Amino acid sequence: MRRTWWVYVIAVLGLVAVAAPFLWMFLGSFKTQGELLRVPPTWLPEAPTTQNYDDLFAKANFPRYFLNSTIVALAVTAGNLIFCSMVGYALAKLNFHGRTALFVLVLGTLMVPGVVTFVPLFVLVTNAGLANTYPGLILPFLVSPFGVFLMRQFFQGLPDDLMDAGRVDGSSELGIFARIMLPLTRPALATLGILTFLGSWNNFLWPLVVAQTEEKYTLPVALALYSTGQNAQNFGLLMAGAVVVVVPVLVIFLAFQRHVTKGIAITGIK
Amino acid sequence: MSSVSARGRQTAAAWILTLPFVALFLAFTAGPVLGSLGMSFTDLRQRDLRTPFAVNGVGFGNYVKAFQDETFRKAALNTAYFVLVGVPLTLVLALAAALLLDRGVKRFQSLFKVGYYLPVITSIVAIAVIWRFVLAPEAGLLNTVLSWVGIDGPNWLASKTWAMPSLIMMAVWRNFGSAMIIFLAGLQGIPQTVEEAGQLDGAGSWQRFRYLILPLLRPTVLFTSVTTGIGYLQFFEEPFVMTQGGPLNSTVSVSMYTYQQFGFGNYGLATSMSYILFVVIAVVTFIQFKLLREK
Repeated sequence: MRRTWWVYVIAVLGLVAVAAPFLWMFLGSFKTQGELLRVPPTWLPEAPTTQNYDDLFAKANFPRYFLNSTIVALAVTAGNLIFCSMVGYALAKLNFHGRTALFVLVLGTLMVPGVVTFVPLFVLVTNAGLANTYPGLILPFLVSPFGVFLMRQFFQGLPDDLMDAGRVDGSSELGIFARIMLPLTRPALATLGILTFLGSWNNFLWPLVVAQTEEKYTLPVALALYSTGQNAQNFGLLMAGAVVVVVPVLVIFLAFQRHVTKGIAITGIK
Repeated sequence: MSSVSARGRQTAAAWILTLPFVALFLAFTAGPVLGSLGMSFTDLRQRDLRTPFAVNGVGFGNYVKAFQDETFRKAALNTAYFVLVGVPLTLVLALAAALLLDRGVKRFQSLFKVGYYLPVITSIVAIAVIWRFVLAPEAGLLNTVLSWVGIDGPNWLASKTWAMPSLIMMAVWRNFGSAMIIFLAGLQGIPQTVEEAGQLDGAGSWQRFRYLILPLLRPTVLFTSVTTGIGYLQFFEEPFVMTQGGPLNSTVSVSMYTYQQFGFGNYGLATSMSYILFVVIAVVTFIQFKLLREK
């Protein structure tokens, strides 16, 4: 296929189709309720107002939800970086009994959907006194089969000579892991960190189940309940809410997109 | 330094490294998977929340009840509809986009790649909220665009006929970028010489794609169809936010109905429904592997 101008026309039209709903949301969040209901709709806000954002932050307690989402996502990301790299290293580089069994277990649960585990998890978390708490939101996601798989793949690509050199120098096994091997996995850690953060930020079913009062809602839970509850008709507020959920993710993604697309191409999993 | 003690030290290190993971994994993943199976054979309800072991076994009662439940059957059909239409559409669009970028768009390729990928990383809840406005009957973006070409669009989400296609349209829009990235990696792994050989033999571009490129992409097609299929089988946020399963249950999904039964306090029944979905996911994955392997 030769490069021709029409290929670019199609590609740009595709980009417009992808971007249009986001643009619609962004522009809509600055419109008044009256303008949002107008037929035919306007593109640019006629009298741009930040009223929707003011409501979001003053009346709707979105700063709280934002903080909750941030706390949960950071904790989940830290846990995955620490624990998944530890296990990934053991599975890839250490000889021990039960290694194959552990790996099979990890692979076998790679595709277990959240909808299968949330009921017993809720019973467990409630009886542990963790319902409607940060640990209740965080603990079930502190490790992930995906993270273990990704880190194992990456560690396998590192040469064994480095470990042998460390052993000759008298390093302990844990020292070899922490000081020699782990620093070499920065690209994989970056990929895992970003994917985990985004996954946690967007996670919905479990926070919906376990966050029972408003002060523990994460952003998606709050937005979903607002959009189906008594604020369902407050279009401007919902548009502004969607902006607050989406924009941090877009910023993080655009800043680190190389790591994300590379990680997906390597492991093939999102 | 004997090899026995070296191995001993490795084993000790391995256990230290894996212990936190194993504990968390057993408590929050493996345990609940088995717990869910166990619960699905009991009459566990919300009032048993504090005494989950003091319940009665009901054999396959919950499974029988699920299959006799008209709404569950409707949810299963809706889920099948969503998957069977959504997955092929997503993959075709993803492959088309990947081919477009790989063969035609050399300049600014990463700009387009990142652009098409953006919806994948955004919250489905937020996207569903936005799309409710895109699909609004009068002041919506889609019907406004359609009116430019003289089409009078329906009230998408309020129509029994159009509500499900609307959700599928949104899912395709959101997810094709994910499969596209994997297709791109697959296409870039095919050596130039393959196509050059086809060119020498006088094959047209469609023939080259159909008989040379597509067979080589088989593992990639397999992989993307399995992952997309698994994701679509669980669709939940879309009806939750956009339609609440309506109109007249025309968009209620198995995941959503499971969540509703949980909300009604029917924990045993909810777990049986989720296990039915789980088995379907496992079987579909297995069949897709078989089919694409053999041909």
